[in-house]
Amino acid sequence: MPAKVRIPTPLMKLTDNKNEVSAEGDNIAAILNNLESQFPGIKDRICEENGTPRRFINIYLNEEDIRFLDAENTAVKDGDEISIIPAIAGGVA
Amino acid sequence: MDFTDEQIERYSRHIILPEVGGVGQAKMLSARVLLIGAGGLGSPAAYYLAAAGIGHMGLVDFDVVDLSNLQRQIIHSTERIGQLKTESAKKTIQALNPDVQVTVFNERLDSKNIMRIFEGYDYILDGTDNFATRYLINDACVMTGKTNIHGSIFRFEGQATVFKPKVGPCYRCLYPEPPPPGLVPNCQEGGVLGALAGVIGNLQAVETLKMVLGIGNPLIGTLLLYDALNTEFRRLKLKKDPNCPVCSDSPTITELIDYEEFCGI
Repeated sequence: MPAKVRIPTPLMKLTDNKNEVSAEGDNIAAILNNLESQFPGIKDRICEENGTPRRFINIYLNEEDIRFLDAENTAVKDGDEISIIPAIAGGVA
Repeated sequence: MDFTDEQIERYSRHIILPEVGGVGQAKMLSARVLLIGAGGLGSPAAYYLAAAGIGHMGLVDFDVVDLSNLQRQIIHSTERIGQLKTESAKKTIQALNPDVQVTVFNERLDSKNIMRIFEGYDYILDGTDNFATRYLINDACVMTGKTNIHGSIFRFEGQATVFKPKVGPCYRCLYPEPPPPGLVPNCQEGGVLGALAGVIGNLQAVETLKMVLGIGNPLIGTLLLYDALNTEFRRLKLKKDPNCPVCSDSPTITELIDYEEFCGI
């Protein structure tokens, strides 16, 4: 069973408007590469050229921020939930 | 604090709550809350904080009421189109509850005026619509030790949390720097379900009241996500970043920064 990845609204254009997709991989880096193969262009929105997540996007494994785990090397098990959470500014004033 | 008969009646549904009581109501009446933005988030938050009897409210906004605001900015009204949002909000608040003293700041927040405006307020409710102001508010809150009650919305999604300096993380612990223009949705891609602003703005009001009353578990160190389309709330853990540029033991940002404002959501 692959991991479940939650896609934030600003990236749903790249996932056919799906807010939840499945991805295969043993760790976060592999999951991101798998996402890219399914949805070309998505990794570039999430990561810098060197593969680390951009500074205004955080990735969570279940409830935990991967920056405080093993970053992109954080191991992913079947059934884990990965959330991609960008900063959003809107208060719509 | 001695309540008048009218206050006892007005706040009776608070006072009979054991967690609030007369003591809690007195705390609310002496609390000082600054709301930044009298827009989508600030409208419901200000309305409920006024109803609760928050004694001193400051309102910061430089904009005027526009017809397109009224789909969500419920503190204003059709007849107030063209009026300053701060003045319009003040009228609504005072009509609702004359106990509330309102101070208006018809200014765009920047590094030069923020410390003067923050003076005298204990809680800062961030209902702004741009990254430049959010980072400015965060840094000023860290520097002054004020609690930042944070909410943001985009289309059908909202986020809320509480940043309490020293106790929990700050906005830069989450996102060290604002995104560059072009990598986040721009305002043409914006749009928001009006009632979503009510959900998140009211969460901010509830968190503010909990902090004032000192009850329950506030959203410190927790990011609450609300997905309106799927009717789903989720909680993520937020941690203090030991290398945070502003709230760590050896900060690299020690002065307020005016980032270039751009239309990014």
